[in-house]
Amino acid sequence: MKSNPHNRANGAASGVGNVNVASADGGDRARRESGRRQALREWLVSLPTLLWLFLFMALPTLLVFAIAFRPANPYGGIGPGWTLETVRGLWHSDYLLVAWRTLWISLLTTGLCLLFAVPSGYFIARVPGKWRNRLLMLVIVPFWTSFLVRVFAWKSLLHPDGPVKRVLESVGLAGPQTTLLYHPGAVVLVMVYTFLPFTILPIYAAAEKFDFRLVEAARDLGARPLTAFRKVFLPGIRRGLMTAVLVVFIPALGSYIVPDLVGGPAGEMLGNKIAQRVFVDRNLPHAAALSALLVLAVMAPLIAILALQRKKSKPDIIIGEAP
Amino acid sequence: MSEFLEFRAVAKRFGTIQAVNDVSLEIRKGEFFSLLGPSGCGKTTMLRLAAGFEEPDAGRVFLDDRDITDLPPNKRKVNTIFQSYALFPHLSVRDNIAFGLSIAKRPRREIDDAVDRMLRLIQMTDQAAKKPDLLSGGQKQRVAVARALINKPEVLLLDEPLAALDLKLRQKMLIELDLIHDEVGITFLYVTHDQAEAMSLSDRIAVMDRGRIEQVGTPAEIYESPRTSFVAAFIGDTNFLEGRVTDCPDREYCRLAIDGLPEIVCFNDKQIQPGHAIFMSIRPEKVHISRERPEAKPLRNLLPAVVEDVIYLGSTTKYWVRAEGYRFQVLAQHSRYYLDEKPLRWKDAAWIWWHADDGFMLDHFRKGDENLLAVPPQKVGEPLDGLNGKNEK
Repeated sequence: MKSNPHNRANGAASGVGNVNVASADGGDRARRESGRRQALREWLVSLPTLLWLFLFMALPTLLVFAIAFRPANPYGGIGPGWTLETVRGLWHSDYLLVAWRTLWISLLTTGLCLLFAVPSGYFIARVPGKWRNRLLMLVIVPFWTSFLVRVFAWKSLLHPDGPVKRVLESVGLAGPQTTLLYHPGAVVLVMVYTFLPFTILPIYAAAEKFDFRLVEAARDLGARPLTAFRKVFLPGIRRGLMTAVLVVFIPALGSYIVPDLVGGPAGEMLGNKIAQRVFVDRNLPHAAALSALLVLAVMAPLIAILALQRKKSKPDIIIGEAP
Repeated sequence: MSEFLEFRAVAKRFGTIQAVNDVSLEIRKGEFFSLLGPSGCGKTTMLRLAAGFEEPDAGRVFLDDRDITDLPPNKRKVNTIFQSYALFPHLSVRDNIAFGLSIAKRPRREIDDAVDRMLRLIQMTDQAAKKPDLLSGGQKQRVAVARALINKPEVLLLDEPLAALDLKLRQKMLIELDLIHDEVGITFLYVTHDQAEAMSLSDRIAVMDRGRIEQVGTPAEIYESPRTSFVAAFIGDTNFLEGRVTDCPDREYCRLAIDGLPEIVCFNDKQIQPGHAIFMSIRPEKVHISRERPEAKPLRNLLPAVVEDVIYLGSTTKYWVRAEGYRFQVLAQHSRYYLDEKPLRWKDAAWIWWHADDGFMLDHFRKGDENLLAVPPQKVGEPLDGLNGKNEK
């Protein structure tokens, strides 16, 4: 997952290189030479990052993929030879259910985060400067407390004897039988809470650069406020939205702590299953197979979004990229 | 032609700044009307009030006798061309132009036909698929015009549309805007700080300063008989003289006593009575200059002067001369024999004169407006500045 920002940075860097090459008149050898030198320099600069990513990201991932095809031994290690047994074992109805739950919880979390973050980002970008910094500060304040502590706080808030339940009961929205904790809903709630700042920040960054005169222009041309928002503002912050989706959806697919603490058996996700295979069953190949499945599931939308972004930004790479 | 777009006692304040201060203005149907003034004079606020981007604190706005003050921008039959053009960067030229019609959910066929027509009008049919980022300034401007006109607005609002263009392109777009106005025949409300733009395009101009309208009239009226010192100084150049009306021998002319000058005769269209303190203004090109003394005539104001500075401008020459205590700016036409005619030089003695009809008395004079002139006039006895010194050689 860590590779994501780095890859993006590389893409942007080679994009800068393209600008120079593209602006050179065709056939000008000296300039092509300098373009090549620049490309070489870019490679040199990115080499440490690439090396790091290869050693600590690509190589371990490949190892995990490989272990999925090895048999387990009774001592919790890896047995000799190769087998497809473990991979076949993934087609267990229990896993399908958990995979499906992982998918919908992640999608719902992403959707809800966007739903809250887009208006927040818009609002923060529109308030006067001094208020903007204060509001951004408020967005970041939760990070002052440990993530684990905050999730435990939610656990006690949602507890059957907790304050939330009592308030809901007193206004008649919950009966004594209603469960708040250990429920997929609790997982979604706490995940939205956790990821919301990560969504607000990229959307705010995009909204802050957005030229709000475009909204005026749309209104002038007959668009109602919501139409102008949809047809001009949302396309204008497209990049921020895509970043926000990546930043929420992918970690959400791999979440472990939140479902473990507030989800219970009914809110289990793939991350919990992997942990159980490692720590309860001590079956490393099984855990590796599940992890590989998750990695593939994460990479598919990632590659799709990156491809989409590249395709969209291609025509304006010469001028459009520069702020 | 009756009033079409009407501002009635409109006021708008932003924080401590009174952007528009009790302005009433009537714009006629089909007219090319300009709001002219320096930055911060409230002209753009007026335009935004017409577009619906701002609500007035007081007063009403009418369009074709309907009160549109409370209508949101999307409900007004007016369209704006923004200074920055505000083209949608994620849409192609074609989709930008089609925006208004597709918002209005017109049939696909109708939109395509209308966009094709607009693309032909702005001669950009072959650029229809491009994104705005790839267009030049002039092309962006044309797309902005097409995007507004396709909605057939009743009034087209233009917010300094040429300010971002270089001089040559500006002159070209000026002609294009004029042609488009002639062709579509809708009312144009044009906001600019550039007097040349306003003069050359407009049927009528409102000159604004500090949130108020100083004068409304045709370009010639504004230039030839400015009512206030601001209008006289902001549009073109002028010379201000301060004095007192001594007597009015007939209904048309009166005599002025101006400190240190011989008696000045001035056209008196405002029926100012003797005894009033007045300011008068005389345009530099209305003042004549020569080495020889011209013959004295009844309505000719004639003064001896010393040339202090000469600026050769090609088709004309600008002189700064001192006559008695006053510094005059004189703009003289000259023939191609300029050099053979022994032109006036620095420190030469000369005569300046103007006809009584060419000076005008101002309704209102505000100290400080003379700073709007190209070179602020100097007091008598001040040492000559470095610029003059350089000319000596």
